[in-house]
Amino acid sequence: MSSPLLGGGIIKGLAETARNFVGSYVKEDRLVTVQYPEERLPRQEAARSFPFLVYDGDDWQKGLRCVACLICEKECPPQCIYIVKDTVRKPDYAGKLQFQPKVFDIDTSVCMSCQICVEVCPFDAIKMDVEYELSTGDRFGGLLQRKEQLAKSNEYYRKIHPAEAAEVDARLGAEKAKADAKAKAAAAAKPA
Amino acid sequence: MQATPDNLKAGEPPRNYELRPKSLADGSLGGDLLEISMGPQHPSTHGVFRMDLVLDGERVVKLKPVFGYLHRNHEKIGENTTYLGSMPYTDRLDYFCSLTNNWAYALAVETLAGLQPPERAEYIRVITAELTRLQNHISLVGFLLQDMGAMGTPLMYAFREREKILDLFESLTGARMMCNYMRFGGCRCDLPPGWLERAKQVVNEFPRFLDEFEALLNENEILMSRTQGVGCLSSRLAVNASITGPMLRASGVNYDIRKVDEYGIYDRFSFRVPLGEHGDVYDRYMVRILEMRESLKILQPALQDIPEGPIVDPKAKLRGFRPKSGEAYGRIEAPKGELGFYLISDGSPNPYRYRVRPPSFINLTILEDMCLGHHVADVVVILGSVDIVMGEVDR
Repeated sequence: MSSPLLGGGIIKGLAETARNFVGSYVKEDRLVTVQYPEERLPRQEAARSFPFLVYDGDDWQKGLRCVACLICEKECPPQCIYIVKDTVRKPDYAGKLQFQPKVFDIDTSVCMSCQICVEVCPFDAIKMDVEYELSTGDRFGGLLQRKEQLAKSNEYYRKIHPAEAAEVDARLGAEKAKADAKAKAAAAAKPA
Repeated sequence: MQATPDNLKAGEPPRNYELRPKSLADGSLGGDLLEISMGPQHPSTHGVFRMDLVLDGERVVKLKPVFGYLHRNHEKIGENTTYLGSMPYTDRLDYFCSLTNNWAYALAVETLAGLQPPERAEYIRVITAELTRLQNHISLVGFLLQDMGAMGTPLMYAFREREKILDLFESLTGARMMCNYMRFGGCRCDLPPGWLERAKQVVNEFPRFLDEFEALLNENEILMSRTQGVGCLSSRLAVNASITGPMLRASGVNYDIRKVDEYGIYDRFSFRVPLGEHGDVYDRYMVRILEMRESLKILQPALQDIPEGPIVDPKAKLRGFRPKSGEAYGRIEAPKGELGFYLISDGSPNPYRYRVRPPSFINLTILEDMCLGHHVADVVVILGSVDIVMGEVDR
């Protein structure tokens, strides 16, 4: 298989290099470098960086979906979530009284973006963000995300993961409708 | 400092070589042997890896691999976290091939818990595993050439193609390298719309790139003189040292777990197992190029035939997963060789014992046998052809 001319293989290889070099001026699939940060690739729907907490409505403290059930804290493989339960109960999106987290911290220097907290959350309260330019000069406080930094609106969630958010909204809407119907039925049954 | 018998301290372990080589009368140079430490910050060692070399002039008399710089207690962490919690850690073993690591671990747990992934999940697993094999082999060849002094060109061409596959991974799993995609009894999420078409396009364009790549390298005289007859590994030694993967097949042993175990649905695809003849570095390079062609033969029908349906076994539980007590070993043909996970369950949420059989760690054990008598510059090439990833060697 080797060429009869000594050095013929090298010349063949150089022809290939030349084809790639010249091709990079005329063909787009040979020039693939993206000039970050001036140019950016489009964001993928499934992309993930670090978790955030979803809230409904305008007030992040009232609308927080998290009920401090501590499941994500327990399941997190590198244990980067720290939660303290509040002592008072507040009504959640379906009007049911639920606990709220008093403290909810995620240490993003420990988090490995594995998404397990999102998968195990039964309340669709924690989701993955797509923000990736998070460098900071303060390596302790700057990387520890507190509840107020983590809370982001449902509109934001819909913006970054449209398909996934639509599915969650539909599911939560169905649950709320079911709960409303049940409450109505209970209210109707009471005076009788 | 040169090591001479005079400055050796008392109580040092005995050496199986003479520090003063034989005299000029029997053909060797009359000088002293030189002990050098190559690495751990050496560009050719593929991570934090060190080799203690004893040299007679330029020739290697003894080689001792030293590793463990990247040890992070993977197995003990596995025993102290839930079964699911170990899944993202398996991504970080061989960080080039997170999807095949996921599969091997999922296979072990599925054997333990008696779960059966549905048809569609099996197809997705085969597709992602073969795409992983493509991008692992192509970047390995790029790195090998980089080690030989082909600065940039082959590696950049390889990375250009690898990036297309990583983009597919990102749109499917959300991460380019740390995919964390497989689950016990299936996969985490279904294919996004249009993914199959994009994957088909990548797979259809890949042979053209391979043709180019082979034209660039296969007949290159410098590559041939640097690799042919270098680092020969006999099939007998390879089998005795339990070498697996492309390294074993380059020595002419027909052993591919995809054919032997037919795990998943590999029995439905027809592909050949490329074998080498001499077991030298060139054969290892060629076996990997040919394996990529065979992977494409698996990918094309798999992307065509993938059925609709669920992607997770309905019996699988995400939270509160406690398999009954017992033991299981799951192994697959990872791009680097046999990757196995051995698990013992005592019925609790954590495995009682969690053991990884990493291919590149075991393939590294015969480095000395391949390097003896070769030049230092050849050691770099031989090490490059073993295809090690320190995340997996050190665990």
